[in-house]
Amino acid sequence: MMSLGPHADFIVAAYAVTVFVVAALVAWVVLDYSAQRRVLGDLEDRGVTRRSQRKAG
Amino acid sequence: MPVIDLANPTRFLAIVNRALPWLIAVTVILFAVGLFYAINAPDDYQQGATVKIMFLHVPAAWLGMLGWGLMSVAALGTLVWRHPLADVAGKAAAPIGAAFTFICLVTGSLWGRPTWGTYWVWDARLTSMLVLLLLYFGVLALYWTAEEPGRGARAAAILSLVGAVNLPIIKFSVDWWNTLHQPASVFRMGGSRIDPALLTPLLIMALAFTLLFATLHFAAMRNEILRRRVRSMRLMQAQELHA
Repeated sequence: MMSLGPHADFIVAAYAVTVFVVAALVAWVVLDYSAQRRVLGDLEDRGVTRRSQRKAG
Repeated sequence: MPVIDLANPTRFLAIVNRALPWLIAVTVILFAVGLFYAINAPDDYQQGATVKIMFLHVPAAWLGMLGWGLMSVAALGTLVWRHPLADVAGKAAAPIGAAFTFICLVTGSLWGRPTWGTYWVWDARLTSMLVLLLLYFGVLALYWTAEEPGRGARAAAILSLVGAVNLPIIKFSVDWWNTLHQPASVFRMGGSRIDPALLTPLLIMALAFTLLFATLHFAAMRNEILRRRVRSMRLMQAQELHA
């Protein structure tokens, strides 16, 4: 078992805060991606297209 | 492929979609290796095991500054060339840079208490890093509160360029002023002052955190491009309803 000495609380707290913030960043990116994909899909299902798609079509 | 092709949002999305799985895999492997080395690193002769906080604190500090540097370059692209991907890059980097600056300040504080005897002192390095976090909040506020995205982007770009003045202040604060924070010990004239047993995990963790930053940044840029497509499609839909 690894010993972190008398200041183990500070070391564990530093790693816990970092894991929490990184996890929050990852969750933000993943949830935002699925939200944007869902809204784009809804708009496309309703026949809404971008101007560039109309030009291409 | 010409580099200019990357400036096309559709081409950029295709490249990001292909690159992200590889970036994620390499980042996870590097973190596994870095944490293995970090856990098994010897204690410092003065600081004991608290030196393990360095493997988080130092990369977070570098990336907090790198994020602002990236935003400053993107600001030039927004203001001078008015390229939409430049603003996308700047906007996507802001929350990630802010998060790493926050990690740097919190882990530094948790490292400072057992080594210095205090969580915080108003010395030049700590204060300039806190100013960087406040600048990040300012840029985020400009992006999130602007009614017209273009105006918010220009205001954020100007603040990004003005705030870049703080980067050399952070870097050289430990040389220009008498600070409780130690001077540079990794990248300095005459080589690193850190023992290789601690330097190796530090560099691996720094590389892992840098790849994490890149992964999150590319993913956030992809989200921002999709968000702008949604906005553009909603505007088209509204125009058709009123026509």
